[in-house]
Amino acid sequence: MTSLANSSPMKILVLGATSGIAEATCRIWASQGASLFLVARNAEKLAAVASDLRTRGARFVDTAVTDLDDTTQHPALLAHAVNALEGLDAAYLAHGVLGDQTAAEQEFTTAEQILHTNFIAPVSLVTWLANFFVQRRSGVIAVLSSVAGDRGRKSNYVYGSSKAGLSTFLDGLRNRVDREGVTVLTIKPGPTKTAMTAGMKGSEKFADVNAVAKSIVAAIDKRVDTLYVPFQWQPIMFVIRHIPERVFKKLNL
Amino acid sequence: MKLKDAQTEIQQSLGYEQGMASEKGPVKPAFEPWGRYPKYDATLLPLHWQSDYPSIIRDIHHGVLPVGLGRSYGDVCLLKDGTLLPTPAMSRLISFDPETGLLTAEAGISLAQILDFAVPRGFFLPVTPGTKYVTLGGAIANDIHGKNHHVAGTFGCHVTEFELVRSDGTVLLCSPTQNPDYYAMTIGGMGLTGLIRWATLRMKPIVTRKIDYEGIQFHGIDEFLALTEASKNIEYTVSWVDCASTGKNFCRGIFMQGDHSTKRGELKASPEPKLVFPFEAPGQMLNHWTVAAFNALYFNKQMVKRKVLEMDYEPFFYPLDIALHWNRMYGKNGLLQFQYVIPWDNAREGTVAILKEIAKSGLASFLAVLKAFGDVPSPGVMSFPRPGITLALDFPIKAGRTFYVFERLADMTREFGGRLYPAKDAAMTAQQFQTFYPEWQQLSRFRDPAITSSFWERVTGESSNL
Repeated sequence: MTSLANSSPMKILVLGATSGIAEATCRIWASQGASLFLVARNAEKLAAVASDLRTRGARFVDTAVTDLDDTTQHPALLAHAVNALEGLDAAYLAHGVLGDQTAAEQEFTTAEQILHTNFIAPVSLVTWLANFFVQRRSGVIAVLSSVAGDRGRKSNYVYGSSKAGLSTFLDGLRNRVDREGVTVLTIKPGPTKTAMTAGMKGSEKFADVNAVAKSIVAAIDKRVDTLYVPFQWQPIMFVIRHIPERVFKKLNL
Repeated sequence: MKLKDAQTEIQQSLGYEQGMASEKGPVKPAFEPWGRYPKYDATLLPLHWQSDYPSIIRDIHHGVLPVGLGRSYGDVCLLKDGTLLPTPAMSRLISFDPETGLLTAEAGISLAQILDFAVPRGFFLPVTPGTKYVTLGGAIANDIHGKNHHVAGTFGCHVTEFELVRSDGTVLLCSPTQNPDYYAMTIGGMGLTGLIRWATLRMKPIVTRKIDYEGIQFHGIDEFLALTEASKNIEYTVSWVDCASTGKNFCRGIFMQGDHSTKRGELKASPEPKLVFPFEAPGQMLNHWTVAAFNALYFNKQMVKRKVLEMDYEPFFYPLDIALHWNRMYGKNGLLQFQYVIPWDNAREGTVAILKEIAKSGLASFLAVLKAFGDVPSPGVMSFPRPGITLALDFPIKAGRTFYVFERLADMTREFGGRLYPAKDAAMTAQQFQTFYPEWQQLSRFRDPAITSSFWERVTGESSNL
C-alpha cells in the first residue's frame, strides 16, 4: 500500500470543518496543496476557514453550509462534494456536540438529540462514504470519536454512549471494508490545548492542537485503524476499561 | 495517575477536543505577564471568530481587555478581576499578494505563524521584536520596534490598514486616510481603543534565511556611538552591554549588526522549538556574582575584536525563543523590565549616568540591550520610540531593593527628558507616565468604554465604564 502523502495531492471532504481540531488538520493539508471540500453549519465561520486554507496553499477549496442533523440531505451533499473535488481520497468527520448531560437525564428528547448528532448522522454519512469507497476499492474514512466512549460514566454517559456506538459501528465497518481496500480510522483525542485553555493552570500538559492535527494527518497517511492522541491515552483508557464494575459503579466519575 | 485525575482530564478533553468548552462556562485562572509580576485573577473568555466581539461580552458588567500571547512584561496585558479576551485562536490568514507583499490576517496570528507562512514564499516581517511569540494585534497595540528601527521605524509604519470593532458594535476600517484618528490612536494604543479584528501588513522580500552578521567589541559609550554612526546603512543593529562592570570595563559590550544576505539560499520554515526551560529557578540563582560571571563569559565568547559570519535568522533575531518559558529562570518572584529612550540631546550623558547607577546598585541584569533609535516617525500617537538611545534590561525582583532602584532610574529618565516603555513596565508611577506621555488624555477620549487594563488603571486612575 503506498502512502497517500506520496501520491498526487489529496482530495479530502471535511465534515464539521470549523471545529478546532478539524481546522488545525486542514491547515496541514492546505500547506501540502490538498483539495478540500468543507462542510459546516455557520456560513460566516466557514468562509473565514475557507479563505485561510486558500491563502495557505490549498489547491482547491469549496464549501457547503448545512446542518448535518438532516440525514435526508446527506446523499446529495456527498455526491456534490465528490463532483466538486472531481474524486475523493479521504473523508474526515469532525462534527459533534457535547450536549447537556443533566438535561439529557431528565428529558429523552435531549438525549435523543445528542445521539442523533453524534451517532445517527455519522452512521448515515459513513454508510454512503463506505459504499462509495468500496466501489472504488480505495479511500480513507477518518472519524473523530472520543475516549469518553471507552467506558460510560455518570457525568457524561449520554455523550459517551453516542461515541461508544460510533466507535463500535466503525469497528464493524472496518472489519467489512478493510478487505475491499478501504481504511476506517477511529480517532480518540485526549485533552487538547487550544486557545480556549491558554493561560489556564495545568494547561501546559495538555496536548497542542497542532501536534494532535499532525498525528491525525500521519495516521491517515499510514492508514492506522485506531488513534489515541496523544498516545498516552491508550494505556490510561486500558486501565479505566479494566476497573471492575463493582468498584467502578461506586466512583464519583 | 490517580483515577480522579484521569477523570478530570477526560472531562476536560470532552470539552476541549472539539471546541465545545464554551458550554462549560469561562475559566478563571491567575494570569501572569511575561515578567511574572504582577499576577492577577481574571476571567478568560477566548475569542475564536471575528464576530465574537462584542456579542461575547453582552452579559459582562466589568471591564474587558483583548490580549495576545501575554509577552508584554508587565500589566498592559492584565486586568485585575476583569475579563481577558485572548485572541490567539483568531489566527486565520485572509489574503496574501506576492506581487505587493501585502498580508492580511486575523489579529491573533503570531509573528511565528506569519514567518512559517511567509519565509518559504520569500517574504519576511518588516519589523520584528526579540521574540516571534507575539500576536499581530499585540504588535500593533504596543507599536513594537526591532533592530531596524533606525531605517524602518516601528511595526505600525508597515500596517496599511486594520479593522477596529468597538464594544457598541461599531466597525471602523482604519488606515492613514480612513478614520485616521482611530488609526493613529490604536497604533501604540495598548489595546484600549477596541478589538483589532484583522490587519494588513506590508511584508518585505528576502532570498534566503541567512543574515550577514558582524559582531564588534566596544569599550565605552563613545565607541558605541561611533559604531552606531558607521552602521547607518546597515539594516539591523543592536548591542549587548555589560551593566555589571565598572572601571575600565564600564559600558563594554558587543555591537551586533546584520543585513539579509542577498545570496540566494534556503527558504524553508523554521523547525519547532524543542527546549522548554524545565523548572522554576530558585530565587537566588540570579545574583550579582552569577550575572557578572555570565557577562564576562559572554563578552569574551567573542575572542576577537571583530567577528564576521553568515547566520540563520532565528538565532540572530530570536536568541531566547530557543528555550520556551525562559522567564522561569527568574523564579517565582519574576523580573522587572526597565526600558527607556532618551532623546539625542541628553542621550550620551543620560545613558552613562543610568549605567553608573545600575552598576552601583549591584542589581543583576542579564539582558541589557542598547540601541540607537532612528527618526522615522510612527503613525501612532502613543508610540514609545523617539530618536535617541534606548536601553532595556531586566532585574530579578528582590524585596525592598528592586522597586526602590527602579523608581530612582525612572526619575533619572525623566530628568534627562526620556520616557519608559509601557509594554515592558510594571512599576512606573501615574505621575511619571503622565509626564512621559502627555498624549494620554487623547487616548482616554478614544478608549473603548468597555476596555481597560491594570496598567491603564494604575497610571491614570480610570476604570471601565461598563
